[in-house]
Amino acid sequence: MAVSLSLNGKDLSLDVPDDMPLLWAIRDVAGLTGTKFGCGMAQCGACTVHADGQPIRACITPVSAVSGQKVTTIEGLQGKAAQAVQAAWVRLEVPQCGYCQSGQIMSATALLTQNAKPTDADIDAAMNGNICRCATYQRIRAAIHTAAKTLQG
Amino acid sequence: MLGRIDTSATASRRGFLAGAAAGSAALVVGFHWRPAKAQMLTADGALAPNAFVRIGKDNSVTVFAKHLEMGQGAHTGLATVLAEELDADWANVKVMAAPADGKIYGNIDWGGTVQGTGGSSSIHNSWMQLRKAGAAARAMLVAAAAKSWNVPVGQVRVERGIVSLRSGKRATFGELVELAAKETPPADPPLKDPKIFRLIGKETPRLDMRAKSTGTAVFAIDQRIPDALVAVVQRAPLFGAKVASFDATKAKEVTGVVDVVQIPAGVAVVASNTWAAIKGREALSVTWDDRAAEKRDSAAIMASYRELAARPGTVAKSSGDAEAAIKSAARTVEADFEFPYLAHAPMEPLTCVVRLSGDSCEIWAGDQFQTIDQLNAAKAAGLSPDRVVINTLFAGGSFGRRANPGSDYIVEGVSIAKATGKPIRLVWTREDDIRGGRYRPMYFHRLRAGLDAQGNIVGWQHRIVGQSIVAGTPFEGGLVKNGIDATSVEGASTLPYGIANLHVDLHTTQVGVPVLWWRSVGSTHTAYSTEVFMDELARAANKDPVALRRGLLAKHPRHLAVLNLAAEKAGWGKPLAKGKGRGIAVHESFNSYVAQVAEVTVDDKGKVTVDRVVCAVDCGIAVNPDVVRAQMEGGIGFGLSSIFAEAITLKGGAVEQSNFHDYTPLRIEQMPRVEVHILPSTQPPTGVGEPGVPPIGPAVANAIFAATGKRIRALPLASQGVQVS
Repeated sequence: MAVSLSLNGKDLSLDVPDDMPLLWAIRDVAGLTGTKFGCGMAQCGACTVHADGQPIRACITPVSAVSGQKVTTIEGLQGKAAQAVQAAWVRLEVPQCGYCQSGQIMSATALLTQNAKPTDADIDAAMNGNICRCATYQRIRAAIHTAAKTLQG
Repeated sequence: MLGRIDTSATASRRGFLAGAAAGSAALVVGFHWRPAKAQMLTADGALAPNAFVRIGKDNSVTVFAKHLEMGQGAHTGLATVLAEELDADWANVKVMAAPADGKIYGNIDWGGTVQGTGGSSSIHNSWMQLRKAGAAARAMLVAAAAKSWNVPVGQVRVERGIVSLRSGKRATFGELVELAAKETPPADPPLKDPKIFRLIGKETPRLDMRAKSTGTAVFAIDQRIPDALVAVVQRAPLFGAKVASFDATKAKEVTGVVDVVQIPAGVAVVASNTWAAIKGREALSVTWDDRAAEKRDSAAIMASYRELAARPGTVAKSSGDAEAAIKSAARTVEADFEFPYLAHAPMEPLTCVVRLSGDSCEIWAGDQFQTIDQLNAAKAAGLSPDRVVINTLFAGGSFGRRANPGSDYIVEGVSIAKATGKPIRLVWTREDDIRGGRYRPMYFHRLRAGLDAQGNIVGWQHRIVGQSIVAGTPFEGGLVKNGIDATSVEGASTLPYGIANLHVDLHTTQVGVPVLWWRSVGSTHTAYSTEVFMDELARAANKDPVALRRGLLAKHPRHLAVLNLAAEKAGWGKPLAKGKGRGIAVHESFNSYVAQVAEVTVDDKGKVTVDRVVCAVDCGIAVNPDVVRAQMEGGIGFGLSSIFAEAITLKGGAVEQSNFHDYTPLRIEQMPRVEVHILPSTQPPTGVGEPGVPPIGPAVANAIFAATGKRIRALPLASQGVQVS
């Protein structure tokens, strides 16, 4: 079965089973490896991508469920919020091992797109689904505040 | 991990890995490797003065890292040390993982022949080696410039990648590469006075931040090689069970499944993509022979440990007469502690990529024990070790898991490649990881102490019961002495407090659950039991916990200094609102000294929130203070995970947990505000990857006691009915 979707602005037709999770379609079929496998059951957020701008967990989303939608991965992330988030991540040296950070950045960018000035509580609520085993959480919070300030000019 | 490695470096300590490695056990002290003159320029014209650095005509400075980057900042730290002595421009510095080669890249703290990362040793063991490597390269550039400009070398200056004279004459590193290649690298180049360091001790930017913030960093799971198939393995449901038979008919019907093969670890399903491999495994039918398997409940194993603790164990440390001192004491305090099995659960599950041909094997992995993995892979492949190439990639966390003496996942990958004849990307799922064993062992501790009428501690007995991490591994010869596995008792047998009558003993148990070092190893449990017990003794003696410790640390100034700094910065002794409490702990591991003060709030329903942690650390010279802070922050968060809720439990021998819904790492809302204070030091640097972990558990437990009067003597908090927010 072919599933058609837009991946990072490119129209694709993926010849995969309907029930294949979007994560494996992105990584193994489309060949983009920035989106990570962490748990396979929407517990850790390492696989977070945007579907029509909304953060979703690619590991439990069947590829057929995003048929016709615009899917964005870390490789295709663009825009002011994304730039501010990624610049803050680098400047505050958020990552340690770095494996979860694609997912963290996808969640943080979605948060700032919807809420320009999040409080610590807003951040905790939006980022609660993204586990960082290195526990870089203090810097994640700080970097989101930094990015929010950048966006406010 | 890897237990205690003394910086005082007695021959026996430093040689402890000698038995683990092929080849010479001779100490590799400092920088010794030198190429023949003809090799001084690489094929692409770069200056190659030694095995640790290449200087390109484009001014690039490439540092070869012998240690794994798994998040701890080792790549940046190693490059900083070399670039400092080279006077390189940091903007031109890059890092590449060194190939596996124990003779050149052996860990000096482990005897110098085994290449591997652990025991928070990367910067410590590389410190002089990389300073000399950088200084030797600098001396060659200086000598080349001096000859070219016809001046004495003393007149040549080097600053940020520019070689110059006062007159204004200047050359870049790249411009001098060819001339410098004609110079002989000095064996013992002069090193800088630390007072003029420009990179060490400064906020040098980490080199891996952009790649890790854009999804471009390559981990083993991302490594693509032509024609590779994805493999997942069905392993035994019980530790020690073996495949009796299997039926692959249905598995092979799954679209994308290419092959199903038996390997020593179980049955591997090999497919064109990961999803097909996982689905194929679900369709697989395996019958297990579980006659030799461990079938007990973890609760039953713990009960057997408690029974064992009634009897004396093998003596790990004894001074004075603790038994007599406690008998004649005015007051006796006793406490038992229980610690569960813990999984490492790195975010990148174990993965390796293997390409095997008739006479060679190439492996890509977040490899932590390069030369040990090379030996084990060679054995599995039926090749000699020099035919195995290891490409070390970033590891998506490890916490000790990838430092496995048996190289479990590497051997699996090689076995599958051999059985199928195909290049293989082996992927462990999260369930494989949580249920796959190699846990921090379960332990039972019993502590007894006697107080005199003035509240002085006159005797201290500490009994530990649990499995040995190193028994049956190549590390046994070096780390087990007189029946004592040093990793079981470190932190207890090295109690810093001035107590005249001290006795520590150990029961090493035989349980069929595979165990391994877990970030900070023995200190994961000994720091908790000793530092909570100190708090109990302070309360029993009606003394302030900081004052009690101060009085007993006269001979341990580095412990004392971090204790005092943490207490001062935390406002120790200042009143707190009702429902709040403050607790302190101090602990040395891997020759770094850390004290932490935790502040908690316990609400009227008993729910605990850790609000703030103040951390003081003495790790010698802080090569990169921001990385030191990051490792303390991360160590505290990692430690809190295990204190709050993590536990691996067994029912009938089967692991009850399977994924992050029931083995639950810390989440963002549980992360306290952390403040890190670094003690200025002129001592050689020691590690920071692990030492931030041990004090947080006891500091939090002591804070909970201060707030509520409740003692937490078994972990995690969740198992004691304590809710955390």
